[in-house]
Amino acid sequence: MVDAGRPVLDTSAEPVGAHKVGDFKPDLLLTQEHHLCPGCGEPLALRILLETLQELGVAQRAVMVAGIGCYTSFSATVDVDLVQALHGRAPSVATGVKRMLPDGVVFTLQGDGDMVNEGLQEVLHTAARGERVTCVLLNNGVFGETGGHMTATSVLGQRTKNTLDGRDAAYHGYPILIGNLIATLQGAAYVARGSVNNAGSVARTKKMLRRAFETQLRGDGFSFVEVLTMCPTGWFVPTAEGPGYMTETLGEVHVVGELKTVL
Amino acid sequence: MTVVRSRGTVRIDVDTCKGCELCITACPPRVLSMSSEVNHLGYRYPQLHPGCTGCNACRDVCPDFCFEVYRFDAPLLTEVAE
Amino acid sequence: MSAIAPTRRLMEGSEAIASAAIAAGCRFFAGYPMTPFTEVLEHFARLLPEVGGVCVNAESELEAVGMAWGALATGARAATGSTGQGLSLMQESFSEITLAQLPLVVFNMARGQQDYFQATRGGGHGDYRHIVLAPSDITEAAELTQLAFYLADRWRHPVLVYGDYLTGHMQEAVSVERVDLGPLPDKDWAVDGSRNGTGRSRSVSPLGLGKVGQDAPGIERHLRAVVAKQERIAAQEVRVETAFTDDAETVVVAFGTPAKFVKYVVHQLRAEGERVGYVRPITLWPFPYEAVARTAEGARAVATFELCAGQMIDDVRLGVLGRAPVVGIGGISTDGSGFGVGPLLDAEIIRERVLAVHRHGADAVLPPLPVNDRG
Repeated sequence: MVDAGRPVLDTSAEPVGAHKVGDFKPDLLLTQEHHLCPGCGEPLALRILLETLQELGVAQRAVMVAGIGCYTSFSATVDVDLVQALHGRAPSVATGVKRMLPDGVVFTLQGDGDMVNEGLQEVLHTAARGERVTCVLLNNGVFGETGGHMTATSVLGQRTKNTLDGRDAAYHGYPILIGNLIATLQGAAYVARGSVNNAGSVARTKKMLRRAFETQLRGDGFSFVEVLTMCPTGWFVPTAEGPGYMTETLGEVHVVGELKTVL
Repeated sequence: MTVVRSRGTVRIDVDTCKGCELCITACPPRVLSMSSEVNHLGYRYPQLHPGCTGCNACRDVCPDFCFEVYRFDAPLLTEVAE
Repeated sequence: MSAIAPTRRLMEGSEAIASAAIAAGCRFFAGYPMTPFTEVLEHFARLLPEVGGVCVNAESELEAVGMAWGALATGARAATGSTGQGLSLMQESFSEITLAQLPLVVFNMARGQQDYFQATRGGGHGDYRHIVLAPSDITEAAELTQLAFYLADRWRHPVLVYGDYLTGHMQEAVSVERVDLGPLPDKDWAVDGSRNGTGRSRSVSPLGLGKVGQDAPGIERHLRAVVAKQERIAAQEVRVETAFTDDAETVVVAFGTPAKFVKYVVHQLRAEGERVGYVRPITLWPFPYEAVARTAEGARAVATFELCAGQMIDDVRLGVLGRAPVVGIGGISTDGSGFGVGPLLDAEIIRERVLAVHRHGADAVLPPLPVNDRG
């Protein structure tokens, strides 16, 4: 692990003769600390989401509606007005918020268990209605918070807590490709799927988030960004192998890219 | 001896690190390696070697917000053994 | 024609309710069509845009209550509604909205009186009780609708208005003007994003958790605080109508539209010299236990009349607490569609049942329940 012969530099203090190009945490995050697992991809998505709001200059108009999952702990740490919704129910709550605050920048933060299992009708209806909100999905193919069981987005062959021999179509059915499904709805104006498995993906996904919020700001309709996130705990892999596992499993089925844009 | 130029550097909050090692592979010039010591949570944490470009990749992939990234006004030169 | 002008005119109950809500400042409604609630939604859909409000035809009852939740979080006056079956779908959200301390107003245009438990016991999970207001006619429905929004804001607590098919569909001449029920605290808790990035951003949450760096009670203290609030509500918000009870030998307890029939019968019997009285709970929760206890003192029997198998009778028994025998003289009675206007809702039939208990006591053999001949 330690590379003999390569000097270790001091990283404990602010360097002299240098200018900062990256902060520890976004301004809209109150603390670096959280209890999510080592190697979890969700904080990466949270960072680029909060940075995007700041960079678009809409931080003081933003209202977040949080679903229920591991990411719910961010409800207490984001310095953003927050409405805590129930499992699956964030899109309807976001609808109510946006209808009363049409100049607000209203978004949901949900996991795949929340959005695609419990709340499938909510997100589809909100998209079909063209609600001018942005739904953000953190998709790791498992119910992380409750122990790693299969969700509607788990892919065939994926080992989860209750599909230990791998998801089997005959017994467990097929995954729902929610981004692709939403892209078929006329009310959806911007639909994209990104991931956070490496720095390049993070940068590309951040651009997707920006385009999604710009869609809301223009009033074009419903915007949606699905972000594939690592869950090494739920996937039974060592943390360093999370990104590779994502590429080989979820990433093969839930293919990243912009799925729909309205020009 | 050779001289390695570092165009950038980082400040690492080792107490927040949970030892996931995502930064190690994310770093394009491969100038991060895991320590042999552990922090108060019991995790090894990243340490920096010469050659950093200040690209922010480590910061972008760190789930625990451990990195603050800097660019030097003038590159830092470090002598290293071959 | 807009119904918001305060001139007295004939209108159906659904319209009176929607007009009263809008007069009270309701600017958001979401609902799903279901008989006999549908017309309430229709009237909101027609009237809200006239005042710059929003009415959404939600794709399900679950989504309707979710949308109202979001609207409430911004500080707006908002409501939803359905009939009992639809409210069953909303129960998880009701429980959590109560914990989030949001001032939701809910209309149950019920099919009969079989939703009493759902309304008063809290049909969802947890220790919650909603304030429940039960009008017996359309004028009262309009008044209680305005009161509902006031109480909801005063207590930061949901209020349910228990109507029914008759409340929704009968017509009366009413005028609906805004009633000023008193000052209310500012909604400083409402979200709009304006405090983002200051460390003082807001959190509307059922969980009693705030933001890092802000004081929050934590879930146990929060749950206890909500219950303590309910106890204060119970001490202050009981509403009941009683008449002819000081010397009554037989007391009849009824709520809602059927209570109007009972009132009529009791007046009739009093005019004939019979010592009969009635108690009409206007708040089903908090239930008027004291009024029931007081009227039971010295009575030979307490009869409850409900259009269901017997739900309010449990609360009557709790209030009476053995002072007098309690007997149910109502029953399941409905029309062919199940919407709750059955042959039992008839002054003559009710009179016979009251007299049976009045003459022969709580053990009286009651006439058989009328049968709806369409099944």
